[in-house]
Amino acid sequence: MRAGALVAAITLLAAGCNGNNNKQNSLHPDGPAAHKILNLFTPFFWIAVVIGIGVLVATIILPLRFRRREGNENPKQVHGNSTLEITWTIIPVLILAVMAIFTVPTIFQLAKTPKGPNVIHVDVMAHQWWWEYKYPKENIYTANELHIPINRPVVLSMTSDNVIHDFWVPELSGKKDVVPGQTNVEVIQAEKPGTYLGQCAEYCGLSHADMRLRVIAQTQADYDTWVQTQQAPPSAADLAEFKKLGTEYSCTTCHMFQGVSKAEVGPNLTHLADREIFAGGKYDLTFDNLWKWVLNAPSRKPNQCPRLPQPDPCKVGMPSMEKTFGMSAGQAQDIAHFLLTLH
Amino acid sequence: MTTTVATTDHGHPATPTHVAGGHPTNTGISNVKIAIWAFLGSECLFFGAFISTYLLYRGRDTIGPKPKQLFTIPFTSCTSFILLMSSLTMVLALAAIQRGDHRRFRIWILSTALFGLTFIGGQVYEFTSFYRQGLNLHVNLFGSTFFILTGLHGAHVTVGIFWLLSLYSRSMQGKLGTEESEAVEVAGLYWHFVDIVWIFIFTAIYLVPYH
Amino acid sequence: MTTVEDALTHVETKPVNRMLQRPRSTTGAWSWFTTVDHKKIGILYGVTALAFFLIGGIEALLIRVQLWGPNGTVLTANQYNQVFTMHGTTMIFLMGMPLSIAFGNYLIPLMIGARDVAFPRINMFGYWVFLLGGLFLYSSFVLGGAPNGGWFGYAPLTSTPMSKGFLPGHGPDFWTIGLIMLGIGSVTSALNFIVTVINMRAPGMSMLRMPVFVWMMTVVAFLTLFAMPIVTAALMMVYLDRNFGTNFFNASMHGDPLLYQNLFWLFGHPEVYILILPGMAVVSEILPVFSRKPLFGYSVVVFSGIAIGFLGWGVWAHHMFATGIGPVAQSAFGVSTMIIAVPTGVKIFNWLGTVWGGAVRLATPMLYALGFIAMFTLGGLSGVMSAIVPADTQQTDSYFVVAHFHYVLFGGLVFALFGGFYYWWPKVFGKMLDERLGKTSFWIMLIGFNLTFFPMHIVGLEGMPRRTYTYGAGLGWDLLNKLETVGAFLIATSVLVFIVNIVHTKLRGEPCGEDPWDARTLEWATSSPPPEFNFAEIPIVTNRDEWWHRKYTEDEDGRLVRLPAGAATATAEPEAHHHIHMPSPSYWPLLFTIGLPILGYGFVFKNWWLVGLGAVWLMFGMTGWATEPSTEPGT
Repeated sequence: MRAGALVAAITLLAAGCNGNNNKQNSLHPDGPAAHKILNLFTPFFWIAVVIGIGVLVATIILPLRFRRREGNENPKQVHGNSTLEITWTIIPVLILAVMAIFTVPTIFQLAKTPKGPNVIHVDVMAHQWWWEYKYPKENIYTANELHIPINRPVVLSMTSDNVIHDFWVPELSGKKDVVPGQTNVEVIQAEKPGTYLGQCAEYCGLSHADMRLRVIAQTQADYDTWVQTQQAPPSAADLAEFKKLGTEYSCTTCHMFQGVSKAEVGPNLTHLADREIFAGGKYDLTFDNLWKWVLNAPSRKPNQCPRLPQPDPCKVGMPSMEKTFGMSAGQAQDIAHFLLTLH
Repeated sequence: MTTTVATTDHGHPATPTHVAGGHPTNTGISNVKIAIWAFLGSECLFFGAFISTYLLYRGRDTIGPKPKQLFTIPFTSCTSFILLMSSLTMVLALAAIQRGDHRRFRIWILSTALFGLTFIGGQVYEFTSFYRQGLNLHVNLFGSTFFILTGLHGAHVTVGIFWLLSLYSRSMQGKLGTEESEAVEVAGLYWHFVDIVWIFIFTAIYLVPYH
Repeated sequence: MTTVEDALTHVETKPVNRMLQRPRSTTGAWSWFTTVDHKKIGILYGVTALAFFLIGGIEALLIRVQLWGPNGTVLTANQYNQVFTMHGTTMIFLMGMPLSIAFGNYLIPLMIGARDVAFPRINMFGYWVFLLGGLFLYSSFVLGGAPNGGWFGYAPLTSTPMSKGFLPGHGPDFWTIGLIMLGIGSVTSALNFIVTVINMRAPGMSMLRMPVFVWMMTVVAFLTLFAMPIVTAALMMVYLDRNFGTNFFNASMHGDPLLYQNLFWLFGHPEVYILILPGMAVVSEILPVFSRKPLFGYSVVVFSGIAIGFLGWGVWAHHMFATGIGPVAQSAFGVSTMIIAVPTGVKIFNWLGTVWGGAVRLATPMLYALGFIAMFTLGGLSGVMSAIVPADTQQTDSYFVVAHFHYVLFGGLVFALFGGFYYWWPKVFGKMLDERLGKTSFWIMLIGFNLTFFPMHIVGLEGMPRRTYTYGAGLGWDLLNKLETVGAFLIATSVLVFIVNIVHTKLRGEPCGEDPWDARTLEWATSSPPPEFNFAEIPIVTNRDEWWHRKYTEDEDGRLVRLPAGAATATAEPEAHHHIHMPSPSYWPLLFTIGLPILGYGFVFKNWWLVGLGAVWLMFGMTGWATEPSTEPGT
């Protein structure tokens, strides 16, 4: 019965291998690093499955086979057997040695940082609880969505100014922590155009679960177009409106609007309307989601504690405009309308 | 801590061997002595963690006050020497009580405590003077690591002084006979340990040159 | 027996001029507060740890209910973070370690033929620290917020001053101070175990005649002794950073957040073995008894355990493969992790070798022991998968790792300890637990356990990170999460059946004899439950599995032959008793320990009056303790 459950479970695992196309599946690699990792893992996984089944079967068969019955109450008193014990020490040693022989070179291969004109560089800064991306050469500054061209290595230089986070896009590569005070490098590369999902994988406080990210892999042409729109000033720019918002609701205290404000506390809003997601990747960028967020962000994504003595003023995350400035739903909708024109 | 001696069966021709004045144990060493050795082993790891932290962070600061500006090596060497001498008086105290010379025992145990107290006095002076020159727990890494490491050592010395004084007072009350000399030996082991740790701390903080 | 009871001298002396009248009674409700009997203390540890097991289990159910479907709203983010932090902290520090100590406390002296542990009052102190430390941690729920930084409490999340709002509430303060307190308790019980084993074995009980249980608990004691001070140092640094502005983990002042992880895992990995070795210890006792064969390769099992104890210090950075420690360190720690799999694997084969060719009774303890072998093996194998460093960068901090360590710690430790309950219950309480309820409970637990934790391997590889209070819809994790939640409730059901079994046994159970399992080790050579002084006459040991060899011998083919009845008692002298001096009960361990939480609250709320009060209280307790002899001089 236990063996049946195991077979079912392994089938399920195999099904998970192919079945779950959630774009966040480490068993569905779409980048060279992720491929390399899975190729290393798979053969040893099957060896482990064989050993596991062997031991499982033994724990079922042996007690049944040697069940106490009439005539065998007084079994032979075996205290040990050196040959056997040496054998089952050496066999695991050999298997593990093979494992080490394949693992160590892969570690070093994955640690290499590619160089050359083909390489894209992005500086990643992890915030509580969203991702900031700066492309130093292209002079782009954006949030939560990382645009990359396919088949070109992208070197991410990652750091944090608060706590430890972890950058994880399973279909492209393994995890890499983002540690304050040090710059960790992660190399990703996508083989096909598409959206790859990921999220912060190191517990980073209240909204850790909402610190999601996506990598949008594009053909070179699409990527170039994206770069150009990001470099241009906002298309529907109404600087007067920016300034009004800035003074009325303190938006510009935290957010960058190109030409009006250079603040870098929250995400850059200059080209907000070009993104698919916002709020640390928790919400799709729709009018409905956006105005509710503007009105009362903490109720949409926990960024301060509602039940305990609150840090006052809220030090982490966007405050509730409703509570801070008495903003009405109508005003929030006006602002959302405006923000959605920022291409 | 008093000698909490284990339960034993007095009636048996046991392989466990008798400890002088104590109860039979397998090793012939008393329970308390094994316990203090094990405890000191644990303490090694505790200090090891803080000393490693100090060494890791040594010289990382970009803002002062820096150790070079603050240290008066001759002064600290003197107090360190006094602390090391207290180990000698501790040995003399133990020897005295073991041969039943309670008057000398009291003299030596009291001088051990006094030497320890002198060391603590030096530390208090040093802390105050550094603090006046702008070093505190949060101004830089050196401040954090220095005060916490030496402070924890100072706390251990202080505990040791109380321990020694309690032995002294027991002796004055006539409750510390020659047969209880192991209580002194155990306190001595702790005291020597604290001294030896200081050698490492002193080397790590003061002796190895800063760049 | 009665003659021995008479011979036992208790405190019946003239009152000595002291701070407190010494407690006299060794029976009755009040005696549980003053006892120094290792068996009573063991029971206290066990009951308290089981209570925390239930609390931690309720927290686990809350987690599973929240994750039943995407965007769960049963708990808020902050509540969820508190619950998962306290679940981990509880199961490790308030269940796993103390429950192992419960078994060790009760059994070690009995197994080595001693009358008590080396330091009975310090033993009781260790228990009070555990109880009060646990209550202290849980009081945080109503006093400013429970710990919410994870059981590992990574700096700088936990070490940043509260005013910055990284972690709301006093959680990390309670967590650091609480764990330091619990650490003190575990170190004292480790000291006790070490000294007891080294010094208090019965005549003839050489080290290599000791039961494997005692060996493994000794390794655990040494690991505890050396691991706890390291985490204490790390916790102190976190506390100081958070409350006094030191810079230990402050990156803006060149402090290194990874130093915390190095210190924490230098403790944390030995801690894993502190938790799993007691499981191996229990199983190594159960398997031979229920197979009617000696443990296969005793010395190999013992030395593997010691090897694990040593190697356990060299693998800590495998918890940090994703932190950017560089390929050299990654390779070194990957390989060392593979090496530690060898002694572990050897043990598994030796256990199977014990069953091979035996006469197996599939009673509940044996079922749990076999369940342990199977489940622990799966956990070990997924652990080896994580030693493949590149693969680990996909697995770490995902539900794959959650699955892995629950297979090791639940499938391993908890299964073994449940086996231990069924096995030693008749010794401790004189009544057998009900077999039918026991087997029911086992099968529900086995199925529920696998249903809960096996799917976690899959969701983890499919990208679900751990420690997340919610997950989005459309990621394809819903079904597996629902299975896990169902499984968790099955586990809860099996624990419920176990509790029913306890009540049933208490009310209806038949008294059993001193040796109902036909067992092998010395604890079965005395009555059930054993008298306060354990043995009327300290046994003289001539064999490994001494009790077995008093009942059986082997013929020339190596087959078992029962010795004639009465031969077993031939070595014991029925009379010629001398006074057995048992240590006297004492108020001081409890009184002294009360100072610790006072001090703790003082540090959490930075109330120096409380700190002062706590310090004075401890001094007072210390003085009272020191001036009271361990054993009251009797006549």
